[in-house]
Amino acid sequence: MSKRLVWRKIVNGVMLTLTGVATFATVSVLFVILGCLIYQGGKSLSWNFFTKLPVPTGQEGGGMANAIVGSLQIVGLAALIGIPIGFLAGVYLAEFEDKKFGSLVRYVADLLNGVPSIIVGILAFTLVVVPMHGNSGLAGSIALAVMLIPIVTRQTEQFLREVPLALREAALALGASKWKMIATVAVPAGSKGILTGMILGVARISGESAPLLFTAAINQYWGGLTEPTASLPVMIYKYATSPFDDWHSQAWAAGLVLIGMVLTANILARLVLAKGVSVPRG
Amino acid sequence: MASQAVIAQAPVKKKTTQIGDIVARWTVLVFAASLLAITGLLVYELWIGSAAARSALGFGFLTSSEWNPVTDKFGALPFIYGTVVTSFLALLISVPLGVGAAMFLSELAPAGISNALTFVIELLAAIPSVIYGLLAIFTVVPLMRTTVEPFLKHTLGLLPYIGALFRGPAYGVGYLTAGMVLAIMTIPFVISVSRESLLAVPREQREAALALGATRWETTWQVVMPWAKLGIFGSVFLGLARALGETMAVTMVIGNDPSIHASLLAPGYSIAAVIANEFSEAGGAIYPAALIELGLVLFFLTIVINAAARIMIMATTSKGSKRV
Amino acid sequence: MGKTKMKRISLALAGLLMGGATVAMAQTKINACGASFPDPIYEKWFADYHTAHPDVQINYVANGSGGGVKGVTDGTVDFGASDAPMSDAELAAATRNGKILHFPTVMGAVIPIYNVSGVTQDLRFSGPTLAGIFLGKITKWNDKLIVADNPGVKLPNEDITVVHRTDGSGTTFVWTDFLSNVSADWKTKVGTGKAVSWPVGLGGAQNSGVAGLVKNTPYSIGYTELIYAVEQKMGYGSVKNAAGDFIKADIASVTEAAAGAAKTMPADFRVSIVNAPGKKSYPISTFTWLLIPSNIPDAAKSKAIHAFLDWMLTEGQKSAPSLTYAPLPATVVVKEKAQLKSLEAPAAAPAKKK
Repeated sequence: MSKRLVWRKIVNGVMLTLTGVATFATVSVLFVILGCLIYQGGKSLSWNFFTKLPVPTGQEGGGMANAIVGSLQIVGLAALIGIPIGFLAGVYLAEFEDKKFGSLVRYVADLLNGVPSIIVGILAFTLVVVPMHGNSGLAGSIALAVMLIPIVTRQTEQFLREVPLALREAALALGASKWKMIATVAVPAGSKGILTGMILGVARISGESAPLLFTAAINQYWGGLTEPTASLPVMIYKYATSPFDDWHSQAWAAGLVLIGMVLTANILARLVLAKGVSVPRG
Repeated sequence: MASQAVIAQAPVKKKTTQIGDIVARWTVLVFAASLLAITGLLVYELWIGSAAARSALGFGFLTSSEWNPVTDKFGALPFIYGTVVTSFLALLISVPLGVGAAMFLSELAPAGISNALTFVIELLAAIPSVIYGLLAIFTVVPLMRTTVEPFLKHTLGLLPYIGALFRGPAYGVGYLTAGMVLAIMTIPFVISVSRESLLAVPREQREAALALGATRWETTWQVVMPWAKLGIFGSVFLGLARALGETMAVTMVIGNDPSIHASLLAPGYSIAAVIANEFSEAGGAIYPAALIELGLVLFFLTIVINAAARIMIMATTSKGSKRV
Repeated sequence: MGKTKMKRISLALAGLLMGGATVAMAQTKINACGASFPDPIYEKWFADYHTAHPDVQINYVANGSGGGVKGVTDGTVDFGASDAPMSDAELAAATRNGKILHFPTVMGAVIPIYNVSGVTQDLRFSGPTLAGIFLGKITKWNDKLIVADNPGVKLPNEDITVVHRTDGSGTTFVWTDFLSNVSADWKTKVGTGKAVSWPVGLGGAQNSGVAGLVKNTPYSIGYTELIYAVEQKMGYGSVKNAAGDFIKADIASVTEAAAGAAKTMPADFRVSIVNAPGKKSYPISTFTWLLIPSNIPDAAKSKAIHAFLDWMLTEGQKSAPSLTYAPLPATVVVKEKAQLKSLEAPAAAPAKKK
């Protein structure tokens, strides 16, 4: 073998190995993260964590029951608001699109998708917190809904478009009106992907902390629609940046619970419902 | 569209179903328009909310480094600097690693393994920012302070020119740590989109190169990559857009110092971080408006970068990839 | 996934939301925010008060004195808290629910908290030394000025990491007030304020953030309320007072600092006790105030808040020392009770501004 060939083969081997190393390094980061959370969080998880309200540092027996319920409330309302709007907007883009207006809506959806979450928080603050004279779960939900809508819109549009033309034409040929065709044929056909999009979107917003900082803020007690409401991500932030060791343990436990919720939703959505197509993110 | 052509040729419908279609159309149109309304409202509120600062500080806002709530003199430069430096650092680390991993996943790994690994990597993208921050505070920061930063100071810090990037005390928090955390957060996006771009390259190109005697690596680097170049650039811009707007993880590790430092080991501040820290108690008329103006700057930055990313990605991953 | 399942999920969600709302109706829920300086004692008070009066819930968010002032000005909370008295300009802007009245609650100390391993004795700091450190002029722990304050102590040759606040803070106000008092350089270059343009250092949010950063960063120095150092078992220095003695903060030295002011307390309770005279007085002491609007619109909330204030002035004072805060001087309590009475009398005009 000539020297040049040997050299080329060496370069080949080295570079390909490096790419493999890069891949496995990235993959292992996930396991390191999970490992840390399970180890540190597992130590601090307790029955109290899920059932008791927070206590001042130094006192025993506190938990984050209000934050868990608060997260469910805020995210639940955000989903109730954001999913229908996003879904119907997606139906518009896929089925009823006018050339220019449709492109505008699509462009704006992508734009909204890329807006930093803290800016959405500012919007919800000026729209809800200021007129209501106070922090509230509602403000937090609206902030999260604004983030959810573009995600659901694009996912709905994408999976509706993938429904085969033949299916649609069959329904229309049988005399169905357009909206009936959409409701009874196209949407059910694309429902797997659409539902995946909704679940992924909800999972994404349930982990958001920045938009809740000055909308739902925080509460040592049970919050609600018109009251400041504690949520897991904001509690993690508050406790992790404090100097108190017992609060650090609580932060780890909360992190474990949060990541458990988010990853479970993600894995379920992708494995059970998705067709195995990787979804362009961002 | 084909479905509209079908409708045109369909038998004449009963009036009721036509009304049904009209109602349906207008309903979804309203909801689609709501997206425009939301975005319009967002821009409007950012513009109005920053009015007090814009009139008081003018264009000097973008070039001043002062951040003084006592005298109401504010400047965006340290935050723009911090945002740009940490994002740039993040890309410096995540792009080589990410594109490399994408290459492995698209060219070398068998389809099953590739899909499985990609699935795992995309889970990384789903991890909330505050959890990255939580881990960073307790694991990355001490590591940086005790091991990595002193090491850099005593090796790279002694070289001329780049040495200036590695001077000063090793706090553990600062631009470098924030950049590294951001890198981990942007890698999944780079990998995911780059992999798609690489997979979109027609098989014939690879086969032609291999048939001519190229090694696997040469094929990938000299034939496949250039074909997917635009999509890969798009993924880089996507990662950049995400890094620019990242709030929680950065706030927890950047050190929160509103000044410009040359050294990467120094503490800094980013736009998102300062808004998160100071917005809820910024009093007076100009202080909150200055923070909102910072939000406006960040908003425009991310729009521009996202738009560029979209254009590049659509050019390569849409059906029928174009020749670059 | 059928329609019935979606229906069930939506019903469950609606039930959760309604459930939250109904629980709310049985209680008086009060929202307050502000200073982190007295956060430990406030948390204890609000928890103890809730135990004694389960129908009243006071949710206190310690986001800094700046947040407290902004909260009462914008009307986003029912009352606020601050360690820096509101300025005339701030008071003029906060007229949404009537004038804001200041109610002192406790006194406390702002101490220089540090993390210097290898040093077993307590460090001493004179005012100009502290100013030099926070100005970035003194950069090493074994600088001659620090050495001069601490004869016989072996100080390490390490860089000093300064830690300060990122948010609008009454603690910062008191600290910078002291530094402006003892250093003309500081006064001209930085000045006094709840948020200032710091020449050097890392930023942490609220007292807890600063304490956390100092705890995690070797060879660092910051400023927090006394309790944060005591609870975290961290080192804190003694400071040279106006009489020339190095005093370590404690209840006695803080009480002495307030003694003079107690006699001459103005009607609106806005007073600074920084660098107070007295041989054993701690120079960086301060009152901390609750900011109470005089015309709280909600009758139930108004009643509950006034009741709490009364409890605070009697019962609450007893638990202050356990958390190293100094209880109010008796003369001040008497004056506050009179101010509270004027609040509770609805016919009378709001308390006159001085």
